[in-house]
Amino acid sequence: MKTPFHDIHKSFGAKMLNFHGWEMPLHYSSGIINEHLNTRTNVSLFDVSHMGRFEVKGTDAYDSLQTLVTNDVSKLDNNMALYSPICYDNGRIIDDLIIYMINREKFLIVVNASNREKDLEWIIKHSKSATIVEDISDKIALLALQGPLAQNLLEKAAIVDVNLTQLKPFHFILTNIFGIECIISRTGYTGEDGFELFFDSSKIDIWNKLVHLGSTFNIKPAGLGARDTLRLEAGLMLYGNDMDENTTPLEVPLKWTVKFEKEDFIGKKALTTQQINRKLVGFEVIEKRVARHGNEVLLNSQKVGFVTSGSFSPTLKKSIGFCFVPTYVLPNQLIEINIGGKLYKAKVLSSTRFYKRK
Amino acid sequence: MIENIRFAKEHEWIVIKEGIAIMGISDFAQRQLGDIVSIELPKVGSIFRYMQSIAIIDSVKASSDVYCAMSGEVVEVNEELLEHPEWINQSPYELGWIVKLKPSNMEEFNNLMTNEQYNKFIGEIE
Repeated sequence: MKTPFHDIHKSFGAKMLNFHGWEMPLHYSSGIINEHLNTRTNVSLFDVSHMGRFEVKGTDAYDSLQTLVTNDVSKLDNNMALYSPICYDNGRIIDDLIIYMINREKFLIVVNASNREKDLEWIIKHSKSATIVEDISDKIALLALQGPLAQNLLEKAAIVDVNLTQLKPFHFILTNIFGIECIISRTGYTGEDGFELFFDSSKIDIWNKLVHLGSTFNIKPAGLGARDTLRLEAGLMLYGNDMDENTTPLEVPLKWTVKFEKEDFIGKKALTTQQINRKLVGFEVIEKRVARHGNEVLLNSQKVGFVTSGSFSPTLKKSIGFCFVPTYVLPNQLIEINIGGKLYKAKVLSSTRFYKRK
Repeated sequence: MIENIRFAKEHEWIVIKEGIAIMGISDFAQRQLGDIVSIELPKVGSIFRYMQSIAIIDSVKASSDVYCAMSGEVVEVNEELLEHPEWINQSPYELGWIVKLKPSNMEEFNNLMTNEQYNKFIGEIE
């Protein structure tokens, strides 16, 4: 499967990879590390149109979503976004997603590319009778513009009637960019300031216009490789790596997204009574080997867990990652990670967040 | 291209200088790996057979074994790579050399691919 920008990526020298059936740019000619560092210093442009986008509409759309997700939809107002996991009755995570409230009867949901069909089926099945769910992924393109200079760039892009300084994180506006209708939200997956742009999927020239306008800000296109190293540094999880259908939000740092005070939601009962034996923590490898998903974690020569995400941090110049360990493991404790059959020492950290932007 | 350079099928290169085999990985290999972030080097004095794993390279996206392209004893390793693993990407045939070996059997050099043969070989992969 291809996003609307597929051919543009090739013209920018992208090395492509197959990501859950999507042919996506892993990196461009700069390479992952340069793309990563450029995002932290200047601004990068990501094609994230492979992600799923659904429209959830109707007089009881609000109630449907409030039942479907663990987080509290009542915290939303028009033009606001909310991050939440969505769980099975047993409290295990189906996916994590973002809900954008256009108004009380119209919502846009963005889900992981790998879970598009699964999520659509679940949301349709568990929505109330007056709720209509439509997959609009192919109608809308999604680009992410991330980095400290992203706002400077967008301000040059002829956005109608908008003061971007007043657009707060997890808020969005319906506006025009280069004369084309667009939703701009202050959201992202990199740990930097940035925006996500939703617009008609036929208007792919917006990519070229942003790159052209962005040259004074050293804009670079960035691929999924940098997207992964950026989100890992920022302490953001990836469904499929750090959480899956065997994980509850209470075992990973998502307890804050589970609002037990809500009257009811799917999974509430199971989550209220769950015995939590493991937790996801951040680690750094003491030597320079890179840990990878699936590597065993040992404590006192016993296997106690496994690595869920591992990579190299270009900002910290260290090998970092997340792993599951028993709940009794403390920060600064040393663990061993089996990488390729050899054991390497690593240190458990007090947070899953390795980087905080200035 | 360096004269008298030969290549193994796992993309290592060898140049013989005063009886010592200098080894690294090819430009093709470094491009496939992407940004290299660390390398685990063998100990000086250790002995390797042809095609035995002699070093491990971590790039951002994957880990990769480097295979010994000529049997012999390790006489020197490029310790600068511990601080500058990116030299393997930037200068795979010069600054990015990985090990120097005292070959136990010089005949093995003749079994490796010439530059032309290697270019044809990677042409078929790509």
